Amino acid sequence: MSFLTLSLALVFVLIPLFLSKTLKLGLEKDTIIATIRSIIQLLAVGYVLTFVFAADHFIYILLMIILMITAATHNARKKGATIRGITWKLVITFVFVEALTQGILIGFKITPAEAQYIIPISGMVIGNSMVLSILFLNRFTAEIESRRDETELILSLGGTPKQAIHYSLITAIKASLIPIVESQKTIGLVQLPGMMSGQIIAGADPIQAVQFQLLILFLLLTTAAVTSIMLGFLSYPTLFNTRMQLLK
Amino acid sequence: MNQQIDKAIEFSQVSYYDGSLQILKNITGFFRKGKITTLVGPSGAGKTTLFRLCNGLISPTQGNITVNAKDINQYDPTELRRNVGLALQSATMLSGTVYDNLKLPRTLAGEMLTEEEAEILLTKVGLDKDMLKRKVTDLSGGQRQKVSIARTLVNRPEILLLDEITSSLDRVSRDDIEKLIERINKEFGVTIIWITHNLNQAIQIGDDTWVMMKGELVEYGPSSLLLEPKDQRVKQFVEGEIK
Repeated sequence: MSFLTLSLALVFVLIPLFLSKTLKLGLEKDTIIATIRSIIQLLAVGYVLTFVFAADHFIYILLMIILMITAATHNARKKGATIRGITWKLVITFVFVEALTQGILIGFKITPAEAQYIIPISGMVIGNSMVLSILFLNRFTAEIESRRDETELILSLGGTPKQAIHYSLITAIKASLIPIVESQKTIGLVQLPGMMSGQIIAGADPIQAVQFQLLILFLLLTTAAVTSIMLGFLSYPTLFNTRMQLLK
Repeated sequence: MNQQIDKAIEFSQVSYYDGSLQILKNITGFFRKGKITTLVGPSGAGKTTLFRLCNGLISPTQGNITVNAKDINQYDPTELRRNVGLALQSATMLSGTVYDNLKLPRTLAGEMLTEEEAEILLTKVGLDKDMLKRKVTDLSGGQRQKVSIARTLVNRPEILLLDEITSSLDRVSRDDIEKLIERINKEFGVTIIWITHNLNQAIQIGDDTWVMMKGELVEYGPSSLLLEPKDQRVKQFVEGEIK
């Protein structure tokens, strides 16, 4: 696809702009900013990836992963501002999830240890982990507030912090996992996953595209479960002090 | 003279701040072991905060608290909380049945509470034993309050903190609970500290009474002090001029 052809795709931006202006939705500014940002960010990533693939050096792959983790942490930490040390908890979770998934993929020779595979898969893993973290933290902080009386009741009866927070923790973990599990149930029926669609459009064999997509789906399921559970168990102790009191 | 008295809980210049707001101001005093002490005072006096301190849900900002002559910080928090039982006015219930709630303290300790034991507890607090399998969402305010008391008793606490537990009960239920608490106190020597807005109850039930106002311990002594208060503010409170 040439840049000229791509520029014609901007018609798809003009339609929502026109609708927003006509219906006075006030979304023109945000739409323009989002469009410009996505063009700049994706083009920049494209050029960076071209350079990294050509250089084929481990340090560049590592730098890309560090950049992804930093951006994901920055984005997710706002949702867990009430949890002490949330930044490091997110970093540890993302690093662990990335190491686990890449370890399995490369260790079992499912994918080659090449930038062309490591970087896009890392992007999907860390991106998915970030979304899961945001969903988890959103629900967990809300649960803690709404179940404060129950948490203190369990503490007052001689329960430990882990026992007191158990229900909030399990509810938040479950709630954060529901979207991914539900979307996997209808995948291929309602929508074709973006990566698979991209491969097919680019001319790949559909069966091969499906095989790769399945690999990614299973990978993301692990990512989701590990992210929520790990973040949950890293976060809950900081809600209490050494006297087993629930902090404000 | 104080040294000869057996003290269940003693406060020494205890203050508590919630952020920059001072809730308790320099509280010094004690609750006698094996006695019933009633705690009275207008709303916002800091009575419930005092209970939360005793149960170890919060710690004083300043001062010391001793439980059975041992610094509260020397206790393992779970041991302290099982020993100093707390039943709050809110009577928070976990979702599920009455039995689920009654066995909770034992479950937390990794132990079992049989249905028979639970039924005995229910009858003790004046509830029908058939209620064991009833969902807590189907209980009235008074029934919830009784289940909450029964649940606190499962731990067999040495000290029992009761926060307005009879305020939502009818007269008959209130009399039942008063008798039960008096029996627990007399038969098992459990120290009772009871927050109440009912001054007649405070006089009848209590051996001692604390009067708290705006975070301060204004007057304390035998419960009869409410009949002839020395402090002017207490006099106004007893006469209903301060709510």
